[in-house]
Amino acid sequence: MSDATLTAPVGRPTKQTVMIYTRYERFWHWSQAVLIFVLAMSGFGLHGTHGLVPFGLAVKVHSFAAIALIVLWIFTTFWHFTTGQWRQYLPKLSGLPAVIRFYAWGILTGAPHPYTKTLKRKQNALQSLAYLSFMVIIGPALWSSGIVYLTYPWWAHAAIGTIGLPAVAFIHTAAAFLMVTFVMIHVYMTTTGKTPTHYVKTMITGYDTIELTAAEAAYLAEEEREKPRL
Amino acid sequence: MRGATRILARVAAALLIVVGTSAFSAAAEGEGAAHETAAAAPPTPIAGQKSGALSGGTADHSKFKALEGPFADGSEVTKACLTCHTEAGKHVMKSIHWTWDYTNPKTGQKLGKKNVINNFCTNAKGNEGMCAQCHAGYGWKDDTFDFKDETKIDCLVCHDRTATYYKLPNSHGHDACGVMFEGKEPIDFAKVAQHVGLPGRENCGGCHFNGGGGDGVKHGDLDSSLLKAPKTLDVHMSPDGANFACTQCHVSDKHMIAGSRYDMVAKDEKGLPKPGERRDVASCESCHGAKPHPKASLIGLQLDTHAERIACQTCHIPKMARGGVGTMTDWDWATAGRMIDGKGYAEENYTQGDGKERHTYWTIKGSFKWGENLTPTYKWFDGRMLYTTADAKIDDAKLPVAINSVMGSPDEKNARIWPFKEMHTNVPWDPKNKTLVFNHLWGKDDTAFWGNFDIVKSVAAGMKLENRPFSGEVGFLPTVSNWPITHMVAPKGDAVKCAECHTEKSRLAGLPGIWMPGHSTFRWLDILGYLAFAGTLAGILIHTLARIFMRKPTTGEH
Ligand code: HEM
Repeated sequence: MSDATLTAPVGRPTKQTVMIYTRYERFWHWSQAVLIFVLAMSGFGLHGTHGLVPFGLAVKVHSFAAIALIVLWIFTTFWHFTTGQWRQYLPKLSGLPAVIRFYAWGILTGAPHPYTKTLKRKQNALQSLAYLSFMVIIGPALWSSGIVYLTYPWWAHAAIGTIGLPAVAFIHTAAAFLMVTFVMIHVYMTTTGKTPTHYVKTMITGYDTIELTAAEAAYLAEEEREKPRL
Repeated sequence: MRGATRILARVAAALLIVVGTSAFSAAAEGEGAAHETAAAAPPTPIAGQKSGALSGGTADHSKFKALEGPFADGSEVTKACLTCHTEAGKHVMKSIHWTWDYTNPKTGQKLGKKNVINNFCTNAKGNEGMCAQCHAGYGWKDDTFDFKDETKIDCLVCHDRTATYYKLPNSHGHDACGVMFEGKEPIDFAKVAQHVGLPGRENCGGCHFNGGGGDGVKHGDLDSSLLKAPKTLDVHMSPDGANFACTQCHVSDKHMIAGSRYDMVAKDEKGLPKPGERRDVASCESCHGAKPHPKASLIGLQLDTHAERIACQTCHIPKMARGGVGTMTDWDWATAGRMIDGKGYAEENYTQGDGKERHTYWTIKGSFKWGENLTPTYKWFDGRMLYTTADAKIDDAKLPVAINSVMGSPDEKNARIWPFKEMHTNVPWDPKNKTLVFNHLWGKDDTAFWGNFDIVKSVAAGMKLENRPFSGEVGFLPTVSNWPITHMVAPKGDAVKCAECHTEKSRLAGLPGIWMPGHSTFRWLDILGYLAFAGTLAGILIHTLARIFMRKPTTGEH
């Protein structure tokens, strides 16, 4: 694992293969990916979009996957705050126009990506904005409406004669459509790296080759020796 | 269905003799077919039926001196019964089986067979000689019947356990009707009296399986197939299942029997009685509880929640008339009275599941349609039925006119979605006064429809008997009546599947106030969503193509 060996003299930036995504982050990312895929398939199955899963089975799968996802989110929220990684989602709006220009045009003509991944800053401006909206709007809208939907047995009696259930279903379905759209764009974006599979590999192995300042490199070397890996 | 039309041409009166027995039993709830059942199946009572707490018994009626006989008629047997069962007479006389008269406490409407007009043989009133075969009494043929005479109670029709007892019409019909039951074994009253017991399915079924004029005609969930039902047809009544007699659920206290269709509980939130307590209701919940589905299971929890809005029957009775006996779905009185060579006739162009032929036309009644394995119609129901009574002014702008309107809306907490059999009939009515009419069908006189076939004359006579205004004109009005479905509960594995409702072409499609994932959607949200989906896909495709065709070597983000 530890190929982040210090080779360059202090004071000059170096290119090194370092761990960008910790083990927990990768676990979180991929289990969330699987759960959301399962939820989308079962959710739109029971919604009537496709007939691949019988209704009763879809309800079961959707409910249990939802509970698993909620548990995962609770852990991850905890992780984000204890590790301070939540800061990754704070968008730096000044960088936004350049990133948008890149994806709209530059990427086609082979221009360099305006953003450079650093150890402290894993996401570009567009990414963090996208992930932020995912984390604070689409995600919460989906899981909060989902939880209310899931607990219908306990408020069914009170909801008689109200629009409660359709309202919850509306929010949940709308957020689900946004989620699917987000995921499609997200998956496509992962093919825009150096090679179409570059980013995916990074998210699997956790490692990427990026430029480090001398200070970062020195710090990393120290870390590698002392820190138990998460 | 047999293709060839079998025409039984006969003198109208003469056909009453032969085919008459079953289908002649007329008007409302269950008439006249004790004899039909007896003719179809050899007289052996079905053993081992359960009647709830009352089962067992401590007396052998064959050992009682009072029952030694001989008895000249049923009424003499009743007198003997009353010598021990001193209060039974008073009790029976309060029951609807005796009074045929019922005022609904929720709607204030005066109902009961004595009062209502339905869309089968339309009215018992004025036709008692025939219809009151299914009255739990002896000799009601007109208004002179004495409802205070205990000795006129018919104990045996409900309590005979020999399956040899039967009832005859109380008066003569037209001409040849006098010989209608010729050839039947005379009843051995002493034997029957000595073998009485708790009512079995044969007893109740004698009338209630034959409502509307024959086996299965009226209800769709009550017919002779329930006598020896396979478990797939009815888990409760099947001898291979619980082998319940009707009274296991329709419990009684002092001969007042729970579970009348005139006063229903659409949503029983009390559920199981407390230990030692007894609840006099015939609801599913009174035995199964209000939360009957598997505990500690997600689907069980969801199904219990369904029960908040959906009657048990809606899922657990997947189809009606499943036992091989057809139920009537359409009836057209307008075609009644046709003759071939001056003679009445019948056609039997429907062969039901058990192989028996059913009438599709009969001169005295008109044309019929039948069905089996039918999907019920679903409606919100809060337990109230509003009847179109004889004095109602009919609004014929919206057809068909409901003979009984199922009341209830999704906004009411005590309303649930229930299954119903709809019966569609063209009934005679008075198009000038805009009322339903009493039709005088049965009798030896020259106005009775069955024999004279003059509907204006017979309706005039029926209306005169009731002292009701009649314009002199008879038309035919499309009507629908609604019969709640509650018997023929299938094994749990055969219950309606989720996807039969949670789908676009749902069983419950069109009902107001429902939100069912898989069926209900916000159309424009779906359209927007699918557009976003397709748009994104298209965008990705175009972007990919552009990348492939325009791009120099990769220089993505580092
Ligand atoms: C914590 C997360 C989630 C929870 C608690 C949740 C819960 C639920 C529940 C209880 C239902 C109703 C199912 C039923 O009828 O029994 C539902 C429906 C649905 N869910 Fe989810 N869900 C979650 C996440 C998702 C995700 C990630 C998606 C898709 C990307 C999704 C898409 C849908 C869709 C399309 C429906 C059908 C809505 C309708 O037609 O009414 N859900 N969800």
